[in-house]
Amino acid sequence: MRFKHVFSIIGPVMVGPSSSHTAGAVRIGRVARQLLGRQPEEAEITLYGSFAETYSGHGTDLALVGGLLDFDTDDERIPEAFAEAERRGMRFAIKPGSGTMPHPNFAEITARAGGLEASVQGASIGGGNIEIYSLNGFDTGCSGYYPTLAISHEDRVGVLASITGTVSRSGLNIGFMNLSRKERSGAAMTVVESDRRPDEELLEALRKLPHVERVSVIDVT
Amino acid sequence: MRFRTLNDIAEICREESLAISELMILEQEKETGQPKEEIVAQMAGYYRIMKEAVRKGLETETKSRSGLVGGDARKVNEYASASEPSVGDWAGKAMAYALSVSEVNASMGRIVATPTAGSCGIIPGVFVSSQERFGWSDEKLVRGLFGAGAIGYVIANNSFISGAEGGCQAEVGSAIGMAAGALVELRGGTPEQAVHAVGLALKNTLGLICDPVAGLVEVPCIVRNGLGAVNALAAADMAMAGVRSVIPSDEVIGVMLEIGSKMPSEHRETALGGLAQTPTGRKLTEKIKAAKSSGRTSG
Repeated sequence: MRFKHVFSIIGPVMVGPSSSHTAGAVRIGRVARQLLGRQPEEAEITLYGSFAETYSGHGTDLALVGGLLDFDTDDERIPEAFAEAERRGMRFAIKPGSGTMPHPNFAEITARAGGLEASVQGASIGGGNIEIYSLNGFDTGCSGYYPTLAISHEDRVGVLASITGTVSRSGLNIGFMNLSRKERSGAAMTVVESDRRPDEELLEALRKLPHVERVSVIDVT
Repeated sequence: MRFRTLNDIAEICREESLAISELMILEQEKETGQPKEEIVAQMAGYYRIMKEAVRKGLETETKSRSGLVGGDARKVNEYASASEPSVGDWAGKAMAYALSVSEVNASMGRIVATPTAGSCGIIPGVFVSSQERFGWSDEKLVRGLFGAGAIGYVIANNSFISGAEGGCQAEVGSAIGMAAGALVELRGGTPEQAVHAVGLALKNTLGLICDPVAGLVEVPCIVRNGLGAVNALAAADMAMAGVRSVIPSDEVIGVMLEIGSKMPSEHRETALGGLAQTPTGRKLTEKIKAAKSSGRTSG
């Protein structure tokens, strides 16, 4: 089921004009921001399909930049997102991409700050709902319906068990889970969608696990 | 969720003597683990925003970002109040209110996506005008939104609700179906009648393309919301009168999927066809582009 519950149909509350091109775009931008874990200093945004054709009329550019500033879909500062980005010193470039992507409303974002980089590929599937196709180049994503842990780690025996053990000890229920690696014994990413937002204590515990490099919380619910 | 199709909804409601809205609230509680009060309070907040948007568009001069549209809601509202609209006073109100919310949306104002922003006028148009007409409480209308949500949930998961995926039939069409079905419940019809209302409504928008001039949610989206609200009232009336959707509503949703999947990309929100590419559509697009590049620098 692509759409999970009643508020994915009635909702979100948002500033117009388009749920796909504005609200969904805010959320994709926000996923990139949260994956990075801090205010980006610079961002590159590539738009595909209908996003590329019609972005400026829908304020998709403002919305994506607003998301990178951690705005929610109903933030009335979205129309002034460019000015706010300038105030916060965030540089950004928006360009249309070519080629066929898995969805007509598709965006790729790379955000950087303090030597860190985060990248996201996501689609806006209608009604403000999104589908994230890849995180930091890993072939794994999330739906944005649930608070989500994105954990970068090495591909080693027992890492997944230690992650799920730590999560379960904190009392958090795992709804969906996905692991992807780039190569054997190389870098890997585990994505955990849970029923409530993970607390700081859990994040600290996860960060201390052997072979775990970075832990981000993505919450655009 | 225990239901996947509109038929599932009608069956469960019949067996358990539930209204569609009650079933949706129960299933939402189970899916999210949130208590009923919280869920209903969230929806009540959404309904307040819908009413605010209706009011805002009628009281203030809304101009869309491009300057292409605005003020039509007030025109229709004044006309519906001062003279006798051919569709009747209350359909005239529903039309004015739907236009109002869509105009607020086009001005980057605050709305609730129902199911999308492009179709955000239809449900508030039908709901707020019916509330005034029948003197219903806010609580009743908030419950009604859950009924609309249940119908939209089925359409979204079996077909689509975005213009980019399935054309305008997926956006405005879905909203009309949701509003029609919900209105049947609000007026005391059975869940089965509500389900028929959805099918009756959807058949009238099958094949509708998404062809926004200059890619904006303005022309023709806003008038389609106004007209959509009137269609929803009509479909609800047909179903209440006992008219059935001969092709079952779930099969109609399947047809929407079939048509949308075959729709050329020019007619799915890209502004590369339809009204967007008429001589006037192209001229307006050029004008908006020129105004934009002279008036603003890009990031």
